[in-house]
Amino acid sequence: MKTSISATVNGKPVQASVEPRTSLADLLREELRLTATHLGCEQGVCGACTVLIDGQPARACIALAVSIDGSDVRTLEGLDQDPLMLTLKAAFHDKHGLQCGFCTPGMLISAWDLLRRKPDLSAAEIRVAISGNLCRCTGYQGIVRSIQSAAQNWASKAKLTQEQA
Amino acid sequence: MKPAPFTYHRAASIDDAIAHLKATDAIVRPLAGGQSLVPMLNLRLAPADKLVDLSRINAMRQTEERPDCICYGALVTHAAFEDRLVPDASNGLMPFVGSQIAYRAVRTRGTIGGAVALADPAADWLTTIIALEAEVALVGQNGRRAIAGTDFALGPYMTAIGDAELIEAIVVPRRPATERWGHYKVARKTGEYAESMAIALIDKARGRARLVLGATDGAPLVLEKSAREIVAGNTGEGLAAVIRQELADSGRDFPPEKLLLHCTTAVRAVANSEKR
Repeated sequence: MKTSISATVNGKPVQASVEPRTSLADLLREELRLTATHLGCEQGVCGACTVLIDGQPARACIALAVSIDGSDVRTLEGLDQDPLMLTLKAAFHDKHGLQCGFCTPGMLISAWDLLRRKPDLSAAEIRVAISGNLCRCTGYQGIVRSIQSAAQNWASKAKLTQEQA
Repeated sequence: MKPAPFTYHRAASIDDAIAHLKATDAIVRPLAGGQSLVPMLNLRLAPADKLVDLSRINAMRQTEERPDCICYGALVTHAAFEDRLVPDASNGLMPFVGSQIAYRAVRTRGTIGGAVALADPAADWLTTIIALEAEVALVGQNGRRAIAGTDFALGPYMTAIGDAELIEAIVVPRRPATERWGHYKVARKTGEYAESMAIALIDKARGRARLVLGATDGAPLVLEKSAREIVAGNTGEGLAAVIRQELADSGRDFPPEKLLLHCTTAVRAVANSEKR
């Protein structure tokens, strides 16, 4: 038996009819064709499917699609004009924050949330904060450097905006 | 990877949830944050014919401050403790524990009630609420009852929750400001379930101590004899020997390496309480 849900996905209203067992990740990828949300382990461990639900990071593979009725969901596609996300993407490019790119959408969303909450972290603290996102290519060195670099660039942009105002 | 099919009911109230949980031949499970249950469904390790989603029951989200305790609704998330969106009366222990459960993207949805209801021996809240002498407030077909955390946990994944009964809230007594807490957790990876964890609550001014060991093969162990020794001023190797003996006498079948691990964890939790 399917259940009707309505939610906002990347700022647009979405109506869908889903089986209760359908994960949010499957709804996003297979129904809405938002394939930036990657599926790795499908048991909440690898972090590749991390999205924002009502502004908070969450695992789309262990959130049931029926449970997001009325919520605001944002995937990486929905942050493509976001200034902080653009800063992060540029830093991941500059500092070799990715190789195969499979973990990258989850890494970017986790890093985006991290920099909004705690913009001033050491490399060791960043490692702890992204421990819920697994990367099998980079050894995390490039990712940690990317997040640190993005934090610095974001802080200097904020300072510049403040000075101009 | 998909779970086996199940039906779903979004409960509008506690009464509505209980009505849907009432015993039938079907396996009906309450769904809180889903951060343990949904992975188990995905892996088809936990069978379920029907899920009753509690997440929209606002009454279970509330936190109430009382003169002698704080009553946390079962649906308060780990992140809410971490971010101090709810009041604290544990001298910072609960915000600390909340901040290091799994990962941020899990903490935003996982709930204290859900974690306690699952009673995974290696999970954080069960050991914490037993250390804090909290009560579990239950609600079911026959009304409400409160049960001490120590009596709530019966064994691994086994609790005193009855049929069609729900955890409504966790009631944590206000801890004295003179009390110091120490925590130690051994996990193979940041955010993983613990191999061993211990919490020490030591109040030198009042001459009281409590030492609880979690992530064992069953319910958390309250080490009363060791706590008395702490109050008596026993430290170092002497205290370690008492803890080791109490664990060996606990009736649990600890292999030598686990005994050493748990003993070390408890000793370090006590030592960490000195650092606060």
